[in-house]
Amino acid sequence: MTDATSNGPTARAKKEHGSLLVQDALTKRRNASERRFRAYGLTAIGIGVAALILLLTSILSQGLPAFQQTFVTLDVVLDEAKLDKKGNRNIDEIKKVTTFGYAPLIKNGLKSRMEELNISIDGLSDKDAGGIISKEAAGQLRRYVIANPDEIGNSVEFRFLANGRIDGYYKGRVTMQSAERDNNVSPQQLQLADALKDGGALVTRFNWDFITKADASENRPEAAGIGVAIIGSLYMMMIVLVLALPIGVAASIYLEEFAPQNWFTDLIEVNISNLAAVPSIVYGILGLAIFINYGGLPQSAPIVGGLVLTLMTLPTIIIATRASLKSVPPSIRAAALGVGASRMQSVFHHVLPLAMPGILTGTIIGLAQALGETAPLMLIGMVAFVRDFPSAPPEGFFDPASALPVQVYNWTTRADPAFVERASGAIIVLLMFLLCMNMIAIILRRRFERRW
Amino acid sequence: MSLFKLTASTVAIAAVSATAAIARDNVQVAGSSTVLPYASIVAEAFGENFDFPTPVVESGGSSAGLKRFCEGVGENTIDVANASRKIKETEIAACADAGVTDIIEVRIGYDGIVFASDIDGNGFEFTPIQWYKALSDKVVVDGALVDNPYTKWNEVDAALPDQEIAAFIPGTKHGTREVFEDQVILAGCEASGDFDVFKAANGDDTKAAEKACISIRTDGVSTDIDGDYTETLARIESNKDGIGVFGLAFYENNTDKLQVATMSGVVPSTESIATGDYPVSRPLYFYVKRAHVGVIPGLQDYASFFVADEIAGPDGPLAAYGLVSDPELAATQLIVEELKPMSEGM
Repeated sequence: MTDATSNGPTARAKKEHGSLLVQDALTKRRNASERRFRAYGLTAIGIGVAALILLLTSILSQGLPAFQQTFVTLDVVLDEAKLDKKGNRNIDEIKKVTTFGYAPLIKNGLKSRMEELNISIDGLSDKDAGGIISKEAAGQLRRYVIANPDEIGNSVEFRFLANGRIDGYYKGRVTMQSAERDNNVSPQQLQLADALKDGGALVTRFNWDFITKADASENRPEAAGIGVAIIGSLYMMMIVLVLALPIGVAASIYLEEFAPQNWFTDLIEVNISNLAAVPSIVYGILGLAIFINYGGLPQSAPIVGGLVLTLMTLPTIIIATRASLKSVPPSIRAAALGVGASRMQSVFHHVLPLAMPGILTGTIIGLAQALGETAPLMLIGMVAFVRDFPSAPPEGFFDPASALPVQVYNWTTRADPAFVERASGAIIVLLMFLLCMNMIAIILRRRFERRW
Repeated sequence: MSLFKLTASTVAIAAVSATAAIARDNVQVAGSSTVLPYASIVAEAFGENFDFPTPVVESGGSSAGLKRFCEGVGENTIDVANASRKIKETEIAACADAGVTDIIEVRIGYDGIVFASDIDGNGFEFTPIQWYKALSDKVVVDGALVDNPYTKWNEVDAALPDQEIAAFIPGTKHGTREVFEDQVILAGCEASGDFDVFKAANGDDTKAAEKACISIRTDGVSTDIDGDYTETLARIESNKDGIGVFGLAFYENNTDKLQVATMSGVVPSTESIATGDYPVSRPLYFYVKRAHVGVIPGLQDYASFFVADEIAGPDGPLAAYGLVSDPELAATQLIVEELKPMSEGM
């Protein structure tokens, strides 16, 4: 807007047209239309920024609580009569006691903690009191006992997750009013939680388990984490990078630098552009038919997911690589050939290093696209409930795993409202990954970019 | 060049280990999204209590699950298919064509289908007749078939509140839709006596009359939900007049947002469904490939753990989540114990 005022009319201006100092009608119109265009541009950016802010605030406000979790600290007596009836510490016999056998120990632990803190709440049955502890606790206790059978008979302090509804109470999702109508939690349980909190036995703190632990069933949303999904996504990205980058770059170099210009290369070119626009679910169908049904690879495994995503990412990488190879000035090639380099030497010593920033950017954008993909994974069995961590690569590539966007999708379909928060939390982690990848792309481009 | 060498060696290692690592040691399950929560609860507890790896559970729908189940025998096919309906004859035939014989059918319990509306809105006491009148494409008025004229519940039945009819029912790909049509709309059609009019209009063809009865109006009063219950819930939250069709378990987990309607005077609960008083329910199943038992470690243990009293019984975690436990669970346990395939078991 300041530009418009700087060339305002002056007193000495004549009425003849053509003066630079007087705005005639045409100039005024041109200036006005430019101002209008700038306003349109600003509005467009404004709408975009507003949408982004809206999206981020909704995700952050819903998802940030997922990184906090409520825990209850209890002293549990590992009763020998229940856990090891014969008392011979035989691990196989200890393993026969299922998690259902451990649940009463936790209830007793809670009872003694309540007595210790002088908590008594009217109308709260023992069963309901035990309900404030996550169902995950019995599994946690059993794992501990199997790992440390010598502790049987002792009293050990544990920090258990609180039930998802109790946790929701401290996050504002559950209130005394809603608890009245809620079948899964009662106001008495919330009172008990408050009393435990006053006594210091219940704390809400940062929850690393959300990032490191595996998914959990609908009975225990508080225990669900994205560990398996992160590893699954990571494995797939490794496979995509290792396969798509060399194949894509080799194909592009050949097409751009060596291939003769004929109908056949034209055909390939058209097909590559077409493939880049094919809906990703098509690659899933392909993956199911080729890799699983024909190739005999296991279902739900990152190797198949990685292969499918490689196919999906290849066209993107090839197109980006070819564009950046094209942007290297022909004079570089001519100079290299002129001093006696072979064509291969000119490509690998001169053209490729100059094209590298473009190639890397294209690859990272392709990877980011692959990271957020769910549709093809649905067909190859990766949209699944997976609890076990895959082992280290390369064997781990063949173990079942989940993926980050899949985890988001899975959680949004679950009945318990606590999963909404966790889905948003997983989105935050996914966005962080994407942000990191794009940052790396920018840094690489800045570092290696050459101008001439 | 070092990048290239690294790449090449990684690919080589992966290729070599591919052959070694392929033997699958986890149970693979797929199928109905209604059974999914139960199956994942069982899978989790199974992984906690046994030395076998936790089974991998996928959803995708009963039909999709059974289709994959029937693809053949081998480690790259699934071991268990979850279904919210009984396997069809055509599916058994497709299975047999692919070499999948000796299918073990396991009924895990029953699922109630409930009608629920926003917690702060009017309460409803429905009968199937009212649902038929509210949603059928054509209804009988003064003895003649006409396009459904009702837009408010009190027009359907003066006993119902003065509220716009806005129904959110499962889309046709869901198994729940079939149950809704058969046990609510068709039952209402027959109970109201209108069925005879439909039959007369369709030239005494019972099949055609049934089809005409259950064809749902398409004038926007009823909305098909192709997603899952979370979508239905979101629709009701945005349209306070809406009434949605839910699974009992979903309602039980969202009692602070939804109020449930009675059907023919009965409040849906695990008890009223188990006794058969509440009329809208269906059995849930899973199917096991007998050929995989003994090949995939833990498959039989998983199946028998699923139907064990402490899991699927009335006090188990599945019932706590909303499954109506099967009074004949002992018979099911026997089927799993003996691995009795369907033809002999039925």
